[in-house]
Amino acid sequence: MMRIEPWVVLAFCSTIFFIGFAGVLMRRNIIVILMSIELMLNAVNLTFVTYSKLLNHMGGQMAVFFIITVAAAESAIGLGLVIAMFRTLRSVDTDQIKLLRE
Amino acid sequence: MDISPVFFYSFAAVAIAFSGMVVLKKSPIASALSLVIVFFCFGGLYAMLDAHLVAALQILVYAGAIMVLFIFVIMLLNIDAPSLDTMRAGRLGRFMIIALSIGLLSLFIWAFKETTPPASVGAFTPQRIQEAGGNTRVLSELLFSEYILPFELTSVLLLGAIVGAVAIAKRRST
Repeated sequence: MMRIEPWVVLAFCSTIFFIGFAGVLMRRNIIVILMSIELMLNAVNLTFVTYSKLLNHMGGQMAVFFIITVAAAESAIGLGLVIAMFRTLRSVDTDQIKLLRE
Repeated sequence: MDISPVFFYSFAAVAIAFSGMVVLKKSPIASALSLVIVFFCFGGLYAMLDAHLVAALQILVYAGAIMVLFIFVIMLLNIDAPSLDTMRAGRLGRFMIIALSIGLLSLFIWAFKETTPPASVGAFTPQRIQEAGGNTRVLSELLFSEYILPFELTSVLLLGAIVGAVAIAKRRST
């Protein structure tokens, strides 16, 4: 059976990471920006799990456990901020945030 | 690594295709549903890499809780069509962002390909984990011994997040 080399898995992780990276920089909708951040977090999690398997060490999976907790807290706060932003600006467009520029 | 190439490449292809859709789709609800599929693919990959607890948490926490939160907020805000214009910057800016991403991605892939994978350092080979009672048992025993301090700190973090989210999203009393 054909074997998967470790670098292929890691290359897949970085592909997802940079798709999320491009999404954060390109999109204007704040909700989609938050989703791209979730994509980047997931890519990092998969990297941790891959190394956990390569090294036969549980620290990687333990880190993923904590990252998932922090990601849940982060999206709860982030979406709370989105609601607060929508209430003041009536928009989810990040280009509308210009109070400090005026 | 001893994982099935067929499943790996199909999960990877679906994940890459749908994460592209997360970024490119105009409607946020389409992005959110694509993201759910990406999370399920990641869950499958975790299970293939012998991280069974992480795979279950991925489905429960990400595809369950976090995505429900996202879809709930999208529905709650009920954004009208003109206000969800998609892309930032002009054609040049977008081109530069994509070029930067592809450049950094090639750097990463080159680095991963050229360096030799590190030698195994830990004691948790799949066989040993099997003997100790499976992935979940080993992980939870570590969680309540070696990693007890960060575990307790996450509960403080979650409490802070709950209070903070309510305080931020609450309607201001006049």
